[in-house]
Amino acid sequence: MITESGGVKMAKETLAGEYQEILNNEKEMFMTGNEVVAWAALAAEADFMYGYPITPQNEIMYYWAKLAPAFGRGFLQTEDEISAGFTMLGGALVGKKTFSATAGPGNILMQESISMAEMMRLPGVWIIQQRGGPSTATVIYSQQEFRLTTTGGNGEGMRLVYSTSSHQELFESTIKAFNNAWKYRFPTFVLGDGYQAKMREPVVLFNPKLRNWEIIAAEPIAMKSGVPYLERDPVHLRNTFNIEEELYDILSGHLADFRRMKQEVVEWDEGGSEKADLLVVAHGIVGRAAISAVKTVNNQGLRVKYFRPITVRPFPGEALRKIVSEEPELKILVAESAYGQLLSVVKEELYGLANTIESYLKPGLGITAEEIEEILVRLGKKEG
Amino acid sequence: MVEKNQRVSRGIIENQNMPRSWRKETKPHRFCPGCGHGIALKALGDVVDELGILDQVLYGCDIGCSLLSWDFFNFDSIQTHHGRTIPVIVGAKRARPEIVGIAYMGDGGGYAIGAQHLVNAATRGDRITAIVANNTLYAMTGGQMAPTTLPRQKTSTTPYGRDPLITGSPTLGPELVAAIASEGSYVARGTVGDYNKLKLFIKKALLNQMEGKGFSFVEVLSTCPTNWRTGAKETWGFLQGKMENYFKVGELQVSQGNRLGEEG
Ligand SMILES: Cc1ncc(C[n+]2csc(CCOP(=O)(O)OP(=O)(O)O)c2C)c(N)n1
Ligand code: SF4
Ligand SMILES: [Mg+2]
Repeated sequence: MITESGGVKMAKETLAGEYQEILNNEKEMFMTGNEVVAWAALAAEADFMYGYPITPQNEIMYYWAKLAPAFGRGFLQTEDEISAGFTMLGGALVGKKTFSATAGPGNILMQESISMAEMMRLPGVWIIQQRGGPSTATVIYSQQEFRLTTTGGNGEGMRLVYSTSSHQELFESTIKAFNNAWKYRFPTFVLGDGYQAKMREPVVLFNPKLRNWEIIAAEPIAMKSGVPYLERDPVHLRNTFNIEEELYDILSGHLADFRRMKQEVVEWDEGGSEKADLLVVAHGIVGRAAISAVKTVNNQGLRVKYFRPITVRPFPGEALRKIVSEEPELKILVAESAYGQLLSVVKEELYGLANTIESYLKPGLGITAEEIEEILVRLGKKEG
Repeated sequence: MVEKNQRVSRGIIENQNMPRSWRKETKPHRFCPGCGHGIALKALGDVVDELGILDQVLYGCDIGCSLLSWDFFNFDSIQTHHGRTIPVIVGAKRARPEIVGIAYMGDGGGYAIGAQHLVNAATRGDRITAIVANNTLYAMTGGQMAPTTLPRQKTSTTPYGRDPLITGSPTLGPELVAAIASEGSYVARGTVGDYNKLKLFIKKALLNQMEGKGFSFVEVLSTCPTNWRTGAKETWGFLQGKMENYFKVGELQVSQGNRLGEEG
């Protein structure tokens, strides 16, 4: 039998209190995004991480592997991302809050388990720190996993995806991701990127319970208490069906749940001029650059607004459409570090409206506030 | 070979006493007449009865003909993906070590598409029980070649017989696992042609897991008259002649390269 190592014992005895203090005291910390994710998982009462190394998410595993044992929570480094995804589902099945983190080619391998989770309504949280693609490409930055994360897999993309733009939002969205994954039981993601993963900035970590945030508990789906057959019905879960109508009925139920969830979870951020000639749409860290650019040009007298979806799936389409339909002359600029992945969703949501849509597409390349500013100055009209 | 209360009919061993852990509502089962899966799962059911662990078992079945067993038992069960049953059960077991995790799959699931999971669960010494039904081909999808197809055996993708020069030799699953599994693991190969021995091996495999010793693995030589295109007599002949001749039935000694708890 394997016994608890001395290190783990020490972590439980001395570090648990120290870590709990950090959350309870709401001290401002200065840390990387990957470290923020590990703390958020701890704060959200995640039980187990299953992971496979890939840049730029590695440090999530490092920090989790350090924090988790102090609280009796687990980590397993699996043989690949296929295994990481399926072990996660096994843990969720028996009532634990499980998660993983990956990127790029690892995100591709995860899709198989995510597809099973989507069909069988097994909850889980996946942190995606996007890197360049296709293929192995670059290891740090991109927004090219938007489509794969929101709608990958051989299904309908019944997923909840948060795209974050600051460490504070990363911390809070990760906690929300755990809550909503176990509340609605659709695969749930935090879509970050290598810049957010690796950069340091101030963040206030907190204990969500002390702020009266509800923490949704994980319930066992199988292996509940009681002797099956004798005291309760056995749980039999399947993903293979014999007839098309059988599948259709199940999917119709899932789709209805997904539409209901949308009303309760969609989030976005909008701002800038009250009346505008121009609207910038961007998500994640490019959204942050866009906000900074809009502030600068607003000060120069340009009438510009911004719209930053925080849940990119389900997409806050109604909110976007409302802004755009109120101003027929409003021109739209979509900016992203991908070649039209967000753009195609924006076009779909605005279908039928006559507004001009411009785009600034840099697949796998960072976009600065200054670049967006320059385009806004070129496209925008002066106020008055 | 045949127990008192069993009879042989059309090549199937049937026991009139169904294990208590079998779910009556889903019987008769969906396997073809003469299929070995039903016998392997009868042995499993009998062992669960004997050990009295109905409330501790989490059973995962693969995609392959094993998928037909998703509602076969009175214990909690999940149907997974082709080759992914081991990681699902590993994940559950890591999260809740008190459960008895059983991963049941075919030879394609165990040795081809899911080979990485088998190899790594064995080397990590995951405390689960993996059972692989070796019927020498991919039954569910129409009898294609599997890693276990015998030399010169005809399948739908080896119409002239498997040529080892082109597609290699049959995978020896238990031998592979015994060579790499961590200390305390249990490895055996049984056959549906020797029910009592098979039941004993499965029992020892479950006990090994329950005692927390290590990974437990049983390969079951199994029949597929449908894809072999054999009658009752030839089915039994192929199993007890060709298969048991190539794949040796018995328990295997774990070589054990990893020494648990020893620090370097
Ligand atoms: C990823 C994936 N690839 C292929 C398949 C198709 N498929 C279903 S069962 C199977 C082979 C089953 O053979 P085996 O594991 O030996 O089980 P048996 O049916 O012989 O019991 C295959 C290839 C699948 N379901 N999933
Ligand atoms: S096809 Fe073969 S393995 Fe599948 S149920 Fe029929 S006999 Fe059994
Ligand atoms: Mg087979």
